[in-house]
Amino acid sequence: MRREIPIAITFIVGVVFALAYFIPHRPFGAFEAQFGDWFGIIGAFAIWLGALNLMKISFIKVFRKRPDFPFALIIIISFLVMVFFGFYEGYKGLFATPQFSYRDPGTGFDWMYKWVYSALSATMFALLAFFVASASYRAFRARNLEATLLLVAAFFVMLGRVPVGDLLTDWILPTGYTMSSWADWIMSVPNTAGQRAIMIGIALGLVSTSLRIILGLERTYLGGD
Amino acid sequence: METFGIWLAALLTIGIISFLYKDNVLYKACEAIFVGVSAGYWFVTYYWDNLYRKFYLGINDTSNPERYFLWIAFFLGVLMLTRLFEKIGWLSRWPLAFVVGATAGLYMMIYFVSNAFVQVGATIKPPPGFGTWQSYITYGLIALGTFCGLVYFFFSKEHKGAFGVAAKLGIWFLMVTFGASFGYTVMSRMSLMLGRLDFLFGTWLGMIK
Amino acid sequence: MKAGEMIATAIIIVVLLVCKFLLPKPIQLSPGLSGLVTVLLGLCFVYIFYLTMKDRPVERRIVFLFVGIALVVPFFMQFELPLPISPEVEKAYDQMAKLQPGAKVLVSFDYDPPSAPELQPVAVAFMKYAFAHDLRVIIMGLWPQGPQQAEQAIQSAFDAEPKLRDQVKYGVDYVNLGFQSGNEFVILRMGEGFKTQFPTDINYTPYDSIPLLKNVRNFSNIDWALNLSAGKPGTVEWVQIAVDRYNLHLSAANTAVQAPMAYPYLQAGQLLGLMGGMSGAAQFEKKTGYFGKATTYLLSQTFAHVAVVLFIIIGNVAFFRSRKESK
Repeated sequence: MRREIPIAITFIVGVVFALAYFIPHRPFGAFEAQFGDWFGIIGAFAIWLGALNLMKISFIKVFRKRPDFPFALIIIISFLVMVFFGFYEGYKGLFATPQFSYRDPGTGFDWMYKWVYSALSATMFALLAFFVASASYRAFRARNLEATLLLVAAFFVMLGRVPVGDLLTDWILPTGYTMSSWADWIMSVPNTAGQRAIMIGIALGLVSTSLRIILGLERTYLGGD
Repeated sequence: METFGIWLAALLTIGIISFLYKDNVLYKACEAIFVGVSAGYWFVTYYWDNLYRKFYLGINDTSNPERYFLWIAFFLGVLMLTRLFEKIGWLSRWPLAFVVGATAGLYMMIYFVSNAFVQVGATIKPPPGFGTWQSYITYGLIALGTFCGLVYFFFSKEHKGAFGVAAKLGIWFLMVTFGASFGYTVMSRMSLMLGRLDFLFGTWLGMIK
Repeated sequence: MKAGEMIATAIIIVVLLVCKFLLPKPIQLSPGLSGLVTVLLGLCFVYIFYLTMKDRPVERRIVFLFVGIALVVPFFMQFELPLPISPEVEKAYDQMAKLQPGAKVLVSFDYDPPSAPELQPVAVAFMKYAFAHDLRVIIMGLWPQGPQQAEQAIQSAFDAEPKLRDQVKYGVDYVNLGFQSGNEFVILRMGEGFKTQFPTDINYTPYDSIPLLKNVRNFSNIDWALNLSAGKPGTVEWVQIAVDRYNLHLSAANTAVQAPMAYPYLQAGQLLGLMGGMSGAAQFEKKTGYFGKATTYLLSQTFAHVAVVLFIIIGNVAFFRSRKESK
């Protein structure tokens, strides 16, 4: 029964959502509404699972004094500090008059969000700017016609979407034919066509995969026994 | 506190950027802080915005006669947490099955309608303003590119003859698409770094007007 | 740490402290000096080209340094740059401009701090426009960080136009409903009723007690929606459910990574306008007249793009030359 009950749940819920698209009335509409609310609550527990799993792994690293355990300790402390501010400010705001949110400007949680979380998350992703330039210099080569097409399109878009494109071309080309116009055309014609082909292909594949999952033919999401 | 916050954010930003020179202890420490703080942020946010606002306030909303069904969602959510324990971890398959089933059922419909049906319709229906020679070329190219791109993705038939020519044309359209995506990706990545450099040189050092 | 690295670290710390405490601020180069710096950077690229042609490609850390210089130095330059408005930004602005005072606008903040440089300028410009034109703004988020980004955008709008702080009232002119998890399921349920997903606002005020939401039941009561999106859930989900199922009038601002994928929706009429990346944000600022960070960053963005293009050209010229020699 370890696999049969989940497969039955997948089937029932999948059929409800599929049919509710066409029959929004009772019972399918009511079930869709109920299941939609449940999805959010279960999602919250899924996030909690991730956070608690991280803590479990970090605690194991610290207690068993693995080579990088100081960093695991930093993870645990940072997590606890953030959670402390979140719950302290949250309950303080809940019982205050007037009530305020745990993330209102001026709270400890908002301070942590602004000066720690935002700074770190933004900088982590910002590093990619350097790597994309380095990778372009080292590896981006027009080895054949297709790669050349890719390169030329990238040049037109990169230069056309910033003022330098028009600065370079508007003294030699008429209005409407400058680099920004070419970038507009590339985005609205060949890019639209290519993206649409990919979109339709993905949609058709997704429909068949979803059907297989709902009918229980695809069970990889259940994992091993 | 704001001054202290600015200096702390600057130190953390420089710690992450130091990775560009080479991996170092400061970067590893900043990375660990990021992981811990992110997990804490999501933990707290989902508690207040979902478990409190949606579940707790939901079951106490006397105007809703169906509110007690939310306890089923809570029960399934608790089962999700059993994944932390090896012996009873198999119980987490039930809420997982719910999530997968709901997503599969909904996506099957919305992706077919919005990403296939409407897109095919938009490709073949004449849009407003259709009638000039420029619109014939524009929409003709869009239709041709979409069709040839789809032909390229059809791998059940060998790409030979007229089919092969269409597939080749499809690849060319797709290459232009990927080039445009690359150009936009460069723009996006540079924008991310600009934000941080504006913080360092503007907010922290005050050098920018 | 090697001795050389320690000395370099010490020098960097000293330079930063000098910049912070001793240098007169702000620093702005004259147009002549800006041009001279641009020429110097160009000459550096010529040198990199020379080295690469000599089969001595520069180390990746030098590439990083150049990208950093290309991003930072323009902050201190003065150059007037033309900025044409693309049709998709024009379309989004037109949708907003035809709203009457009192119109209800739903704004979904579906992004986090990493995407703020591209999307926050649109949010700030929109808030300034909305408050100045008496639009009623209903804020929500499908990302946890969204509502906080919204609060920052509102504070930025108030800081730039202080008189708005007294004119604009929370609960009457704008409301922040906060974040709700469930991705597309939130949008689906909002189609029946906003209250099902947001029983209270972000400060736990009950939905029915908020004056702005008195006659707002679902999407049919919304005149226009703006989605600020950095990924999933975002514009795609809003189009698939709110637009195609509930006929919402939607425009979007996307990060540049996501923007190319939104063009089919734009061409099909599912999306009524698109601001893509920082370029789109700068165009939107220009259309609304509320210039902000996106316009300031545009010069740096330009230099960075030119740097990447030059690096690609240098790499390819060297590649073709070595291929020719090997033949």
